[in-house]
Amino acid sequence: MKTIQLLSQLFIPAFIFGAILYGVVKKVRVYDSFVGGAKEGVRVVVRIFPYLLAIFVAIKSFQASGAFDFSRQLLHAWLGSFAIPLEAVSIALIKPLSGSASLGLFTDIVKTTGPDSLASRLSAVIMGSAETTFYVLAVYLGAAGIKKTRYLVPVCLVADAVGIILAVLIVKWFF
Amino acid sequence: MNAIWVFLIGVSVVFAAANGRLEDFTKSIFDAARSAVEVSLFLLGIVALWMGIAKIIEDSGLIHKLSGVFRPLVCRLFKNIPADHPSIASITLNFLANLFGLGNAATPLGIQAMQDLQSLNKDPEKITAEMMLFIVINTASIQLIPFTVIGILADFGSQNPSWVVFPTFLATVLSAAFAVGALLVCRRILK
Repeated sequence: MKTIQLLSQLFIPAFIFGAILYGVVKKVRVYDSFVGGAKEGVRVVVRIFPYLLAIFVAIKSFQASGAFDFSRQLLHAWLGSFAIPLEAVSIALIKPLSGSASLGLFTDIVKTTGPDSLASRLSAVIMGSAETTFYVLAVYLGAAGIKKTRYLVPVCLVADAVGIILAVLIVKWFF
Repeated sequence: MNAIWVFLIGVSVVFAAANGRLEDFTKSIFDAARSAVEVSLFLLGIVALWMGIAKIIEDSGLIHKLSGVFRPLVCRLFKNIPADHPSIASITLNFLANLFGLGNAATPLGIQAMQDLQSLNKDPEKITAEMMLFIVINTASIQLIPFTVIGILADFGSQNPSWVVFPTFLATVLSAAFAVGALLVCRRILK
């Protein structure tokens, strides 16, 4: 665990240093290369922005209108027989939509139910194993300018659902 | 994405009207506009930073060397990428950044990988099988140690915060395997 943390901390500095050093050895004008590349980066983000805006509007209005609370209650009632805490259902629903909202909710769950409760542990594993799918889709598809996504989105959503079910099963098994 | 967008906004308007939350709905749209700007500004910084470093790697020829090294790993999954193509390096680096929980590095690397993959695309508007595979593996988010989650658990006095490491890893690996499998099945059926 300590080793992995150290490796994580080392990864970026070593990479940047290595990249610049290699460039200098190969007699590349690294400063000019960097600025040229960064300029291209600005263009990419400008291209992503509309996709990001579209998805944020959809997600935020979904939460604000009460539709999110409704689907959460519905899912919780439907899952009632499996004894899954409402907190974990909330995390499972919000994580694919918003990274910052899920982090806030997770902190709140840990604070209110205690760090070693079933709700906290379930939420912790779901937090670590699910991704902010809609954000990733908006950013990556926007970056490449893809319009026709074929069967990608349904596969991602089904995989999300399966991932969350797996997380619940695994935690129940360990707990 | 079109169907999902229409669905989310349509359902939201109906619920907002039924719950008497039309004001909240309007407010949330402007909130969304603001957070899109905030997130984009953050992305602007890290993406430009990464693209700058990436240009150095490209100009010095290091990218082709890296791609050559990582080729055996990536080409098992991504069969249609030519040898020492830059996308091999960006895909691997993105996976490594995800594995080590470096979200700030993973996003720009992923953007770069998507652009590199787009350079191999014959129909620029239509997604390729390689891109789908790349995105699906990314949304499964394989991570060795979820540092943020452990940090929060430890902050609130958990007896054993690192308990989550193994279940999380198991869950992500299994869900990634499922996602890749589902994608391959779809590819075979829907071709």
